[in-house]
Amino acid sequence: MTKEKRQIFVFLIFALVLLTIPFLLRESYLLNVLVFIGIHTMLAVALNLLLGYAGQISLGHAAFFGIGAYMSGILTTRFALDPWLVIILAALSAAAIAFIIGFPILKLKGHYLAMATLGFGIIFYIIFNETVGWTGGPSGLSGIPNLQIGGIIFDNDICNYYLVWIITIAVMLLSINLSQSRIGRALRAVHDSEVAARVMGINAWVLKVQIFTISAFISAIAGSLYAHTMTFVSPTSFGFNFSVELVTMVVVGGLGSIYGSFLGAAILTVLPEFLRVFEDFDIIIYGLMLILINMFMPGGLISGFQLLAQKVALKIKGK
Amino acid sequence: MDNLYQYLLTGLSNGAIYALIGFGFAIIHNATGIINFAQGEFVMLGGMLALFFLVFCGFPLAPSIILSILIATVVGIIFERLAIRPLKNAKPIRLIIITIGASIFIRGAAMLIWGKDTHALPAFSGNDPLYIAGATIMPQHLWIFAVTILVIFSSRLFFNHTIIGKAMRACAYNAQAASLVGIDVRIMVMLSFSISAAIGSLAGIIIAPLTMTSYDVGIMLGLKGFCAVIIGGMSSGLGTVMGGLLLGLLEALGAGFISAGYKDAIAFIILLLILFFRPEGLFGKKETERV
Repeated sequence: MTKEKRQIFVFLIFALVLLTIPFLLRESYLLNVLVFIGIHTMLAVALNLLLGYAGQISLGHAAFFGIGAYMSGILTTRFALDPWLVIILAALSAAAIAFIIGFPILKLKGHYLAMATLGFGIIFYIIFNETVGWTGGPSGLSGIPNLQIGGIIFDNDICNYYLVWIITIAVMLLSINLSQSRIGRALRAVHDSEVAARVMGINAWVLKVQIFTISAFISAIAGSLYAHTMTFVSPTSFGFNFSVELVTMVVVGGLGSIYGSFLGAAILTVLPEFLRVFEDFDIIIYGLMLILINMFMPGGLISGFQLLAQKVALKIKGK
Repeated sequence: MDNLYQYLLTGLSNGAIYALIGFGFAIIHNATGIINFAQGEFVMLGGMLALFFLVFCGFPLAPSIILSILIATVVGIIFERLAIRPLKNAKPIRLIIITIGASIFIRGAAMLIWGKDTHALPAFSGNDPLYIAGATIMPQHLWIFAVTILVIFSSRLFFNHTIIGKAMRACAYNAQAASLVGIDVRIMVMLSFSISAAIGSLAGIIIAPLTMTSYDVGIMLGLKGFCAVIIGGMSSGLGTVMGGLLLGLLEALGAGFISAGYKDAIAFIILLLILFFRPEGLFGKKETERV
């Protein structure tokens, strides 16, 4: 099998497994967790485009997630606009904000970029909290309608599961495609050496703004889906801690690996469910995970598994 | 007029704290090129440790403060030794993630040890306001001003007139050249982490009686310290002091006259504006590219 064919094969298997899960698994709690994994996967993939491919950090990505969620929440509850239209509107608005802020912010590098995106994220967090008339402030916004198409209302676990995962799989497919296109190769070049990339005629600055915009667009869609499936949003879901959690997902799964983002999202969504027994331990474990994976497995779990598989394969061949 | 005076006083004392925290950023950045995202956690550790010794263990004030600073400094050294040194030549993105990981870890550990409650540290010399020239001032404000001035002068002396301080500055200019003339760069890096942890925890201790303390105060204080040092152009000198005072004043006036809810946003808007338009800081010379 050629490399390309194998990739398509792997992706089809991945998609098929995910889409058949609800037939095998009827428990509503587990389906709910899987819906969250889907939303987090979308966000992690979006951040990975920026962090893993372009090598640019964002510590404020929860803001785009929040923009999507709040625009969907506010425009559907207060103005009774069509939810599907609002999703597109919200994604475009987040993309527009990212585009405008992207030009000055992506001129910064490394630690300065990290601090600037962090500041940007916190400003939005404060806005979500303080514009009480629109967002409901710290107590949140409730009564957001479920989505519907024709006669189907997405108000139960199975419907939500398919809604979220079909879009997530589409996002993953698009991202894999993007990473192998001209843009993806250019991004990797910028990641390895921005100077060299510029010498080769790549406009690194514009490229980074483009990927930042795409990433914000996807994050806002995830936010809208979150608002419609939860029917309630409050600012705590969109704070600095969540931005860091997203970075953790990407790093744990593997920088620059789309399947890694899925793995990272799955681990970080499931982990708190297990850790509930030891309440409050999750934060300390996130910290340890970030440090240890960064020090001993800089490629994340996915590349760790690949290395392990290669070693095992070599051992078997050797014998 | 009375309100205005109160705002100015609050602004200046908060600003002094921001400047001290900013120093911590500058000292590590100048020695290693790293922005230490865990800087705010040392500020938190200072306040929480002082609270622990003073209130829970019933130690007298001076030993509590000294013990707190010592322990925070040791945490700083351990952090450098375990997480920073092994990654010496890593890309910035990995260093950023490591220091964020460390900051979450320290915060989580503090939460497990001391719980989630917010506490007030008793003021160092009581809560009776002093009347100076017709104006009232809390004794704790005087403590803050005095400690800040003391730290500024002693760091001046240290960096300009002691052999170790000069060695640290040499590392900041050019680490390779410094090691050629026999300076042990690794020790200087470790020293920069310990000094910055010590100053950070000191700042956390002296502000705790005014603003309360809990396991999660480090994020905001750290970020504002960073804002101060960015205004000051990453210097561990007067620029950062001015930056801190400016930020403190704008924040206090903004909270007083515009909206208390948006108070924290002021620091970040200033931070973004400075990074966009004058990344070399308001007082710095335009010479370095911030990479």
